[in-house]
Amino acid sequence: MERLVFLLSTGLARGAVLALFALSLVIVYRAARVVNFAQAAMAIVPVYVAFAVTAAGGSPWLGLATALVVGALLGAVVERGLLRLVPQDNPLPGIIVAIGLVMVLQAGLAIAFGPDHRPVHAPFSQRPFDVGGISVLSPYDLFVLIVAAVVMGGLALLFGRTSLGLQLRAAAFAPETSRLLGVRVPRMVTLGWMLSIATAALAALLLVPTGLGLDPHAADVLFVNAFAAAVVGGLDSPVGALVAGLAVGLLVSLVTGYASAAAAPLAVLVLLTAVLLVRPHGLFAAREARTA
Amino acid sequence: MRTHGTRLLLRAGLLTLLALGATFLLDPYRNYQLATSAGVFAAVAGLTLLVGLTGQLSLGHAVLMAAGGYGYALTATRVTEALEGTGAADGIVGWLVPLLAGVAGAVVAAGLLGTLLGLAAARLRGPYLTGLTLALVIALPSAAGIVPGLAGAQGVSAPFVPVPDALATLIAVEQWHAWLAILVTACAVTPLVALRSGRAGLRMRAVHDDETAARLAGIDPGRVKAGAFVISSLAAGLGGVVLAIATQQVSPGAYGLGFSLLLVVAAVVGGLGSLGGAALGAVLVTLLPWLVDQATAGLPADLGHRLQGNLEIVLFGVVVIVVTVLWPGGLARLVPKNTPLSQNTER
Amino acid sequence: MRTTRSTSRAGAAAVLGLTATTALSACSTPAAAEVPGITDDTVVIGTHQPLTGPAAAGFASISAATAAYFEYVNDQGGINGRQIEYVVKDDGYNPANTQTVVRELVQEDEVFAIVNGLGTPTHTSVLDYLDQNGVPDLFVASGSLTWDQPDEYPNTFGFNADYVTEGAALAQYARDTDPDAVVCVLGQDDDFGEGILEGVELVVGDGEVAQNQTYSTADQDVTAQLGAMKEAGCTHNVLGTINGFTALAVGTAAQMEWFPKWHVSSSGADHPTLVEYLGEEGAPALEGLVSVNYLPNSPSSDWYELFSRINDEYNDGAPYTGNTTYGMSVGYQFAEALAAAGENPTRESIVAAVESGELRGNGVAPLTYSADDHFAYRTVRIAVVTDGAQDFTDDAYEVSEAGATAVTPEETPLENEGIPAG
Repeated sequence: MERLVFLLSTGLARGAVLALFALSLVIVYRAARVVNFAQAAMAIVPVYVAFAVTAAGGSPWLGLATALVVGALLGAVVERGLLRLVPQDNPLPGIIVAIGLVMVLQAGLAIAFGPDHRPVHAPFSQRPFDVGGISVLSPYDLFVLIVAAVVMGGLALLFGRTSLGLQLRAAAFAPETSRLLGVRVPRMVTLGWMLSIATAALAALLLVPTGLGLDPHAADVLFVNAFAAAVVGGLDSPVGALVAGLAVGLLVSLVTGYASAAAAPLAVLVLLTAVLLVRPHGLFAAREARTA
Repeated sequence: MRTHGTRLLLRAGLLTLLALGATFLLDPYRNYQLATSAGVFAAVAGLTLLVGLTGQLSLGHAVLMAAGGYGYALTATRVTEALEGTGAADGIVGWLVPLLAGVAGAVVAAGLLGTLLGLAAARLRGPYLTGLTLALVIALPSAAGIVPGLAGAQGVSAPFVPVPDALATLIAVEQWHAWLAILVTACAVTPLVALRSGRAGLRMRAVHDDETAARLAGIDPGRVKAGAFVISSLAAGLGGVVLAIATQQVSPGAYGLGFSLLLVVAAVVGGLGSLGGAALGAVLVTLLPWLVDQATAGLPADLGHRLQGNLEIVLFGVVVIVVTVLWPGGLARLVPKNTPLSQNTER
Repeated sequence: MRTTRSTSRAGAAAVLGLTATTALSACSTPAAAEVPGITDDTVVIGTHQPLTGPAAAGFASISAATAAYFEYVNDQGGINGRQIEYVVKDDGYNPANTQTVVRELVQEDEVFAIVNGLGTPTHTSVLDYLDQNGVPDLFVASGSLTWDQPDEYPNTFGFNADYVTEGAALAQYARDTDPDAVVCVLGQDDDFGEGILEGVELVVGDGEVAQNQTYSTADQDVTAQLGAMKEAGCTHNVLGTINGFTALAVGTAAQMEWFPKWHVSSSGADHPTLVEYLGEEGAPALEGLVSVNYLPNSPSSDWYELFSRINDEYNDGAPYTGNTTYGMSVGYQFAEALAAAGENPTRESIVAAVESGELRGNGVAPLTYSADDHFAYRTVRIAVVTDGAQDFTDDAYEVSEAGATAVTPEETPLENEGIPAG
């Protein structure tokens, strides 16, 4: 029982970061109808910039702000500069360009920074609280959960209650009609990308202190797991991303604890396959016939 | 039809003979490179057909190669062990039987995995299938550790195919392996050429252009897409066999995400759907790292080390982006325009 | 019809193009020397190392240190009048690349020997090739038991103390310092972890390890594994981990308010590196960390002092870590073997020199090479982190099939400024 509680609380902490990253995938899908396969690489570049800022003497909060700004800028640059050049009526060229972008970004970072992990330290203590003899969440874990909840709440408000959010949703769902009604569709798409990459950068920044450190491939497994979570929850459902992200985090933790560390990627693969075959549009998807 | 088939076989035979002859001009190291690029060509040919004709992007073709490699290595080793001690172990039977058995094992393994993936692919749209194949590649090291018999990270060794006595004075080991590589690759790619310009190719293009219209014409899109996946997997599996013959080793580290992405790069650069392009792409992907090595050899050690291994990946990424964005010839395959089918067959 | 024609045209073009370029370069290859890699004034050797890619972290500095040592030797006149040229090729820890670069080294660069090839899966993939081509495969950088097969691979020799030896020594030290020790193992999910476990079981008995946990390098979270070990009441944890994961284990356990004894393999116990991973806040958890080593990685050793000087002068003042001691020791050992191979070394003579058992090395005990034993070290020495500094104690263990026996360490004295006499 103790072991179960311990694994569940570990899984929850993992899941919060996953949920945030999955949310970023949902945002870009809702804004531009694409699954961005370059999300991991685009998320790790702002983290490197934040690392450089804190290494030069800045505070972790300045680093965080830098990461968000750089992430948003990168999203805008890639969308305007690169993806505009790609034919939009077919998803394939976009995915291939994303793959090319991944290669350029990750290898470029490796050339610039070398292959070693750069240790990154968390702004809060990672010492878990002791509840009745069982280690539960640490202050850092709580921080991550709170940040994830705040971001999600904020985005829910933005999309659901503001006119800007309405424009964003309209531009994605019915671009032609929105244009007729005066919505600046291209601008909305760019804004969607900026929000998405900023969120992904935040998730990657929260993940890195819990691992070996910063290296160009630090967000790769995060992407695969978050993609699985986003698919399970439904690519157009933010609530789905949250719930599924936490669920996948719990799954990985339980499998690692009760089976072995090697079994976790297989468990994620099985989950992803099962959901894709049984309910391809996700557990929380609003609509049936959303084409990719 | 019959003359078309014969012509195809004649062309295939001619190209194969040309390639076999070319091995005499190459030194052992180059022959090794030729063998490995032949294996990559087989996989890229399957991939380019899959992506170019049916629009299904697989990021996990390396896993299909690995399946073929493991199938070959495990079967050939068992058969070699079974033959040991019997009189048949010497002579041509000693190496030919395990080789053929290994190829059969590879075909079964890759075909099985390809069928499973194909069934999933038939039901999934673009990014979902791509994401699934990505998860598969990431899971390969785990699978190698958990599935009994796959020996984890250390990998499985494939039997060494020695030069037959009759040829021992004529050619060296690397050249012999290059010959085997060329022959296996020819067997993998020739059926693809036939399929592409035949009815199957027409069906694939029809489904890619407009699934509803294809259904109206009596074609089952799911079956066509799944079938394309299986064919593509068999080619990739045979590519894995070639690599196993040339390197005598199958391990998950050799078939990771980086390698899978290189296969995509080779297919894209060569022009999706083009088999000749697949050959060029495979050669590029094999030679460019060597070229970068030569170019960075003069640099100071630290910078040189950072560029080695990374610079070629940056170049590949740039090339992929440039080709996709700027080369209409390559892109025309991807966009299902309303071109008459006769125009498509001219490519 | 045009399809097949254009396909075959493109295919023919590809083949002819490839043939032309490579034939041109083939024609430019010079004729092979009598002994590959040896001329009157140079010796060319090669290695494959992971310099780039996800697994390169922590290994890239080894070859730089070895190269720096060879530069030092060359400046002092080389070995038997020959300068040593060390060709380092990157394989990104990918066995397919290892195959390619090793073939390049043997066939294009025509190296005399392969020295310190790094990694178990990577080097395993080239064992047969090197054996078939009669290339001396010296001082493999891995503790796997694969390198000690004199019948199958007569030209292959290991360098590291093998994982079983290390595991047994670490477990025996736990037993010797605390008779009530509850010994557990956390190992990498490959031959590294398996070897350490085997060594531990050699001492405590089969199946007597209270908890055996594994981790995968793809998953940077070991919380679940440590939780299980804490619950099982482990007091002494033997770690078959690389530096990053040692830091993860120690750091995560500290966060769980759990401070067991850590007994770590030499592959993951480099104190400066661990401190960098854990940072100022986490470093105190390393206090009392026990590890084993077989090289003179102690500031009080003459070798350490020499290597520091060489590092400053020839290695651009790179930070001094356990990898520096390791890399330079490899260099020294090769230089020793080369000197013992005679005035006119051949591939056979260097292998014979290693097998003769006359090589001493610079480790905590004399090298154990012989015709039947292709391992270098069966004795390892214990080091402990005390007051923030890692240094040797006087405990050492020699490990055989019977178990781990306490012995007295006998370090080789530094002679001739660290350059083996010809």
